[in-house]
Amino acid sequence: METETSTTTQAAVEFRGVGLTYRARDGSTLALDGVDLAIRPGEFVAIVGPSGCGKTTFLKLTSGLLLPTQGEVRVQGKPVRGPLKIVGMAFQNPTLLPWRTTLENVLLPLEIVQPHRRLYRRNRGAYREKALGLLQSVGLEGFVRRYPWQLSGGMQQRASLCRALIHEPDILLLDEPFGALDAFTREELWLVLQKLCLERKCTTILVTHDLREAIFLADTVHVMSKRPGRLVARREVTFPRPRGLEACFTPQFLDLYQGIRGLIGEVREAT
Amino acid sequence: MTLKERLISYGLPALALLALFLVWEWAVYQFKIPRFILPAPSVVARSLWQWRSAILGHAAQTLYTTLVGFGIAVGFGLLLGWLVGFSALLYKAVYPILIGFNSIPKVAIVPVLVIWFGIGTVPAVITAFLISFFPIVVNVATGLATLEPELQDVLRSLGAGKLQIFRKVGLPRTLPYFFASMKVAVTLAFVGSVISETVASNKGVGYLMIAASSRFDVPLVFAGLLVIATLGILLYALFAILEGRLTSWAYRR
Repeated sequence: METETSTTTQAAVEFRGVGLTYRARDGSTLALDGVDLAIRPGEFVAIVGPSGCGKTTFLKLTSGLLLPTQGEVRVQGKPVRGPLKIVGMAFQNPTLLPWRTTLENVLLPLEIVQPHRRLYRRNRGAYREKALGLLQSVGLEGFVRRYPWQLSGGMQQRASLCRALIHEPDILLLDEPFGALDAFTREELWLVLQKLCLERKCTTILVTHDLREAIFLADTVHVMSKRPGRLVARREVTFPRPRGLEACFTPQFLDLYQGIRGLIGEVREAT
Repeated sequence: MTLKERLISYGLPALALLALFLVWEWAVYQFKIPRFILPAPSVVARSLWQWRSAILGHAAQTLYTTLVGFGIAVGFGLLLGWLVGFSALLYKAVYPILIGFNSIPKVAIVPVLVIWFGIGTVPAVITAFLISFFPIVVNVATGLATLEPELQDVLRSLGAGKLQIFRKVGLPRTLPYFFASMKVAVTLAFVGSVISETVASNKGVGYLMIAASSRFDVPLVFAGLLVIATLGILLYALFAILEGRLTSWAYRR
């Protein structure tokens, strides 16, 4: 492999001219086209765009669940060739396993990802403590023995966040994790997520169609165009952290919001 | 369970059973149905008591062949169900054969089994197996084939291989389907072993019934039927309890 990646500070995630074409029986669809992007270690990136623009595809490419049909995806300098174990992923649906309690669901990654899998039997007690701690930090300490269907949507999503973080991934991928929640629960979970990210300093990519959410949480907001998805704009968000919900109502926040809102409007009009 | 719920879940079936016997008894006396056509429950009960030791031996034989055949069906059904559910290709390839096989009346196979294995225990076990493995295969395969891709993605995004996905998601996901099929399969297994016993055996409740009917001892035939029905209910209940214990998550209680 070439050595140029190590000369500058290595990007946590790098997309180089990435395109992806889905092939189906009734023809092929170009979902992503010519995406170039570099994400610094520890950066919180949000990608916003109209629904169906290829945001989820972007995340699947980062995690290695999908492989690009053009270009190259690099994570920590290495080309992605298959599912990565250094990522944690939370999906739009909480996708908790219904036969496992909250605690058992959170422990799942440790049963799969090495080296935890090898050490699981020996360290079971310690791992449980760790999971309990994480669940406590999102306010689920009273629900660890409940099954997913006994939890509200917001609680399930909290548990799903814990599951994405338990194996201490370097990169956290969030696919509209709060999309199905009511506004109040959503804002509450923004704060939970911000706290977790500040504690862990992991690189985070959040895909969302909620622009307020993107600006509130991210260091950098990227706007994605309609299908085929391209990154058409990039905005830095420099508000100090930790941010409180009142930050959403400052003039700077609203300016940024209006600016990006306008961009998305243009993207939606363009055909 | 509260007392009221308990009364409903145990009392109600008992009441229905009692009602059935009462109507039966009443009808037999009312319409003066001869004993060799339809014996009254009280007559059947008397016959049951009179032949109790013989019936016990035959019932034990039937229970034995049924359970052995059913056990093989469970093992084979699970394995084949997992394989067929795991691979869409295998599913396509094997499914028509399974359907065809299941359409064959098992009573037609018994003579062939007798030629191969002689009469007695072996054909009964095999018939019980043949008749009961199909629902297990179909259910387990369905459970696995309808596995949500989202759940698989959760595991795949952690770098899990196919075998791990099967162990962590596929296997638990098929359990409710498996238990549902077990309840059906165990009653079918009784049908299988009794069919075989009526055709080719000198042991078992099926044989007992055939022997009794050739002597026009219809009350004893009915006693045999009652014994089979009772065994069926008991085993069904056993698997229903197991199901409740092991897959309670699927029923949201």
